[in-house]
Amino acid sequence: MEFHKPRTWPEALAIKAEHPDATPIAGGTDVMVELNFDVHRPDVLIDLTEIAELREWFTVDGRYRVGSGVPYARIIDELGATLPGLAMASRTVGSPQIRNRGTVGGNLGAASPAGDAHPPLLAAGAEIEVASVRGTRLIPADEFYTGVKRNAMEPDELIAAFHISPADGPQQFAKIGTRNAMVIAVCSFGLALHPSTRTVGTGVGSAAPTPRRAADAEAFIAGELDWDSPLPLRDSVKRRFGELVAQSASPIDDVRGTAGYRQHALSVMARRTLGWAWDEYRRNR
Amino acid sequence: MRLRCEVNGESREVDDVWPGESLLYVLRERMGLPGSKNACEQGECGSCTVYLDGVPVCSCLVAAGQAEGHEVTTVEGLAEGEQLDPVQQAFVEKGAVQCGFCTPGLIVATHDLLERRERPSDPEIREALAGNLCRCTGYEKILDAVRLAADRKAVS
Repeated sequence: MEFHKPRTWPEALAIKAEHPDATPIAGGTDVMVELNFDVHRPDVLIDLTEIAELREWFTVDGRYRVGSGVPYARIIDELGATLPGLAMASRTVGSPQIRNRGTVGGNLGAASPAGDAHPPLLAAGAEIEVASVRGTRLIPADEFYTGVKRNAMEPDELIAAFHISPADGPQQFAKIGTRNAMVIAVCSFGLALHPSTRTVGTGVGSAAPTPRRAADAEAFIAGELDWDSPLPLRDSVKRRFGELVAQSASPIDDVRGTAGYRQHALSVMARRTLGWAWDEYRRNR
Repeated sequence: MRLRCEVNGESREVDDVWPGESLLYVLRERMGLPGSKNACEQGECGSCTVYLDGVPVCSCLVAAGQAEGHEVTTVEGLAEGEQLDPVQQAFVEKGAVQCGFCTPGLIVATHDLLERRERPSDPEIREALAGNLCRCTGYEKILDAVRLAADRKAVS
């Protein structure tokens, strides 16, 4: 096995161009499990942890550009106040040891439907910056996930960063699992209120071949919310929102739960997170 | 590959390392440091927890090649000669050890918690140790030991 340890981003892209089958590794929380169990033995590993710029985040034109190698622990500590949805999801990732190493870039690269970062990225309308020696492009989160553990990247591309706006309103994240720590999602849901555009963003996790938005639910609730004189939401509205979120999913029965349970849980999480976020919006006006 | 890194304050160099093997394997099998334990090999149990550049990580999830040029501190590096680290001493005194397999990881995770938090609350302790599984103790003695170590650290 070849092991490359590029020090710069152009060097990493050149290696990936030369070895399109190479597996990039950052926190190792997915890649090393496959190596330890001999599930997958790549011919070439590219260690991205020496590239300083992947571990940086900064603001461009009012949006954050967060390097793909920023670990979850730093997203929680440094961006928790302005990216509350992503921070809530990040707090549910693994354990402290895993959050110290695991990265959003790894979640995106693995593109597991159960990845915790996906619902908040979808709800916030994030974009993924991927690059190759041919150039750089931005892919909207809701076009990034193309199938079970598949994404829209070309074989010679690497994930540089994600771009995401600081929250312009309340955000929520909810996840079902068998315990609080160290748990893969049975299903999960992210929600972002966008008062500036009078829209609501959603992201459904672990309940379809890919993470996905609940477009019908977003359209329905946008027509129901009165942003200027916000009253408490009627139960019937919250319930309908929950039903539409559940209908947007296409879950399967598997070892973690049945399709029916996932749809029920999604409707409950959607109803509750909408209520919590709307109440916060009303309080803060 | 030849791997060079600093382990417990000493420069170490080992040859014939397969770059895809884990840092845990390097520590145990190539450097003779069996303190970090090998159990799940997938980051679930925390028994292989070490400091990498001062940050607690599961050493089973660090590729050997990723440790090149970096600093590692294992449970063996916490005591000063014969003098146990206060966290180790508290685990001994409170009987927080039964089979002992999870203990090195819990010691490192607790050591890190007490570096960051003076007198952590019980929820903070539970959160900090959520990635370390013990199948013997039921955790109560472990929590007692963490509280004792925290109390001593706060008054010292």
